[in-house]
Amino acid sequence: MNHLNVQPNLGIPGERYRHAYMPGDRFYEMLIEGHRGLTDEQSELMNARLVLLLANHIGDLRVLQEAITLARAGAAASSAPAKE
Amino acid sequence: MLKTYTYPRYAYHRPPELDRAGVRRVPLVVVGAGPVGLAAALDGAQRGLPVLLLDEDNTVSIGSRGVCYAKRALEIFDRLGHGAEVALGQRIVDKGVTWNVGRTFHGEQEVFSFDLLPEAGHRRPGMVNLQQYWLEQYLVEQAERQPGVELRWQNRVTHVVPSAAGVELRVETPDGPYTLQCDWLVVADGARSPIRRQLGLDIEGKVFQDRFLIADIVLERELFPADRTERRFWFEPTFFNGQSALLHREADNVWRIDFQLGWDVDPEEEKKPERVIPRVRAALDGQGFKDIGFELEWASVYAFQCRRMKNFRHGRVLFVGDAAHQVSPFGARGANSGVQDTDNLMWKLALVHRGLAPDTLLDTYDSERTEAADENILNSTRATDFMTPKTRASQVFRQAVLGLAKETPCGRALVNSGRLSVPTIHRDSPLSTPDAQAEGAAAFKGWMVPGAPADDAPLAGGPGSAGGWLLDQLGDGFVLMLFRSEPTAAERATLARLAAAPVPVRALLLPATGPAAERYDAREGTCYLMRPDQIVAARWRSLDEDAVLRALDRALGRQIAPAAASATRETA
Repeated sequence: MNHLNVQPNLGIPGERYRHAYMPGDRFYEMLIEGHRGLTDEQSELMNARLVLLLANHIGDLRVLQEAITLARAGAAASSAPAKE
Repeated sequence: MLKTYTYPRYAYHRPPELDRAGVRRVPLVVVGAGPVGLAAALDGAQRGLPVLLLDEDNTVSIGSRGVCYAKRALEIFDRLGHGAEVALGQRIVDKGVTWNVGRTFHGEQEVFSFDLLPEAGHRRPGMVNLQQYWLEQYLVEQAERQPGVELRWQNRVTHVVPSAAGVELRVETPDGPYTLQCDWLVVADGARSPIRRQLGLDIEGKVFQDRFLIADIVLERELFPADRTERRFWFEPTFFNGQSALLHREADNVWRIDFQLGWDVDPEEEKKPERVIPRVRAALDGQGFKDIGFELEWASVYAFQCRRMKNFRHGRVLFVGDAAHQVSPFGARGANSGVQDTDNLMWKLALVHRGLAPDTLLDTYDSERTEAADENILNSTRATDFMTPKTRASQVFRQAVLGLAKETPCGRALVNSGRLSVPTIHRDSPLSTPDAQAEGAAAFKGWMVPGAPADDAPLAGGPGSAGGWLLDQLGDGFVLMLFRSEPTAAERATLARLAAAPVPVRALLLPATGPAAERYDAREGTCYLMRPDQIVAARWRSLDEDAVLRALDRALGRQIAPAAASATRETA
């Protein structure tokens, strides 16, 4: 059965990276850039849209359930929001 | 006055120009005797260009400033140590601290730790911590034993007039001004570069609205065993109300603590000992070091910018180091990239000056090093954006990454507290000859692609073999590495002709098996043409004299149309 992959998995097929952090840093930059200029509400909505689109792309409900469980556990345990 | 270091006072000597009629003309002047200017001067002199090195001060860096020297910079320092008893890189490694354990915290909780086991088969580690003044002192000592370098302290350049034929300089000294002419001017006068300003040249980029406090402290005793030196990094530390903090070790049991203060602080207030000492005490107490006393060695508050000049070459004036580009300190890309500038520049300058290469070769200093500066700015900007989230959305993402990092490898991969400086691979350099076959049985694997800085490798000792390290054997000229247990008579004849060419290509015979062959994906007969800055120019599965000569021509910039160098940069 397919499980949620929690190993580093970002990159472009066929591209090689001299250092392992490179594709992850690029993704994070894409993500932050994608939110640039949005209000907090708009960002929240964008994140929700992003989750829905990526979930559809993944498709496998078993994988999605594992992701939801893992994501929720860490969020439910957090006490305070990020520092202002 | 520091407790662990006494600043040298270098002697000023009255320049002979003050007592002489007429204006003296010299081939090369380097302005600024920081790490980058000193590297430029040593490199130029080793290549037979007499260098006049001018500095407005009479000592080394005040304060520890740049403290991390990365592998490629150490390898370059090794190359610049001609005639030294101990290799320059070795002096830095011996005096400095090679840290190996990195621990990252979020608040009180450890997010993850890593053991920075160095990759085997390299002479130099990934990074060494050493106060900048020690590095500069070693470089000055090397310059003093290098007859090709004339180092003039308290000689301040006040005015520069470039022309197509040369550059005229006005220099101020304690005994009055003099005028000097040079063929080439290398500008290493730092981030505020008075020469860049005087010439009205733009430097553009992003100012980050954040201030950092650096506190160097001398501890009563060591925090960790010497072989388990830790570098600790905190996101949202509990011991002070800021975004991040960093603790790492320098030489002489000096420790640096870096506090990210935010933008709305008064830099003058924050560096006063009565403000700094309680912060340091709280940081140490918070780490369980309550009983360890300390003395404050040096403190400074800085802000930074990520920016670069549009062009590093302006005719006969060449900008290097901080004068040309600046990045955030995360990842140690300041001095490390500066000495890679001079590594790239000086062989080109020496060949162009002697008429052995066309002027267009110098344009590739600009195209290659602006490419490197962009890569450095990109990496340091990404780290900065992670470390100083500015919007609600980026704060939440950062919090999510730090949370996932405790639970998953994919989360850890996204934590960015600065990526260690690594050299740029110039994939599209006009000086490189692309591989003949990108795919198939003859294609090369690994990372020693045309445009890549050479990886080091240990060489086996024994009869007929030099032993030691590959980079030492490469030295500082063009080299043809031939991986061959027993070269044929024809190969030997080819190598002899290449070694006798106007721009000589020295042969380096290497075994077709072993660490070097593996790192270069070499088989019997494989050969690599290496540039004088130890970058791969071309490679083949067998030795073909015409192919080597064509690649050499290309590496000398002889196949670039005069306007093409800058066009290449636009598309790179």
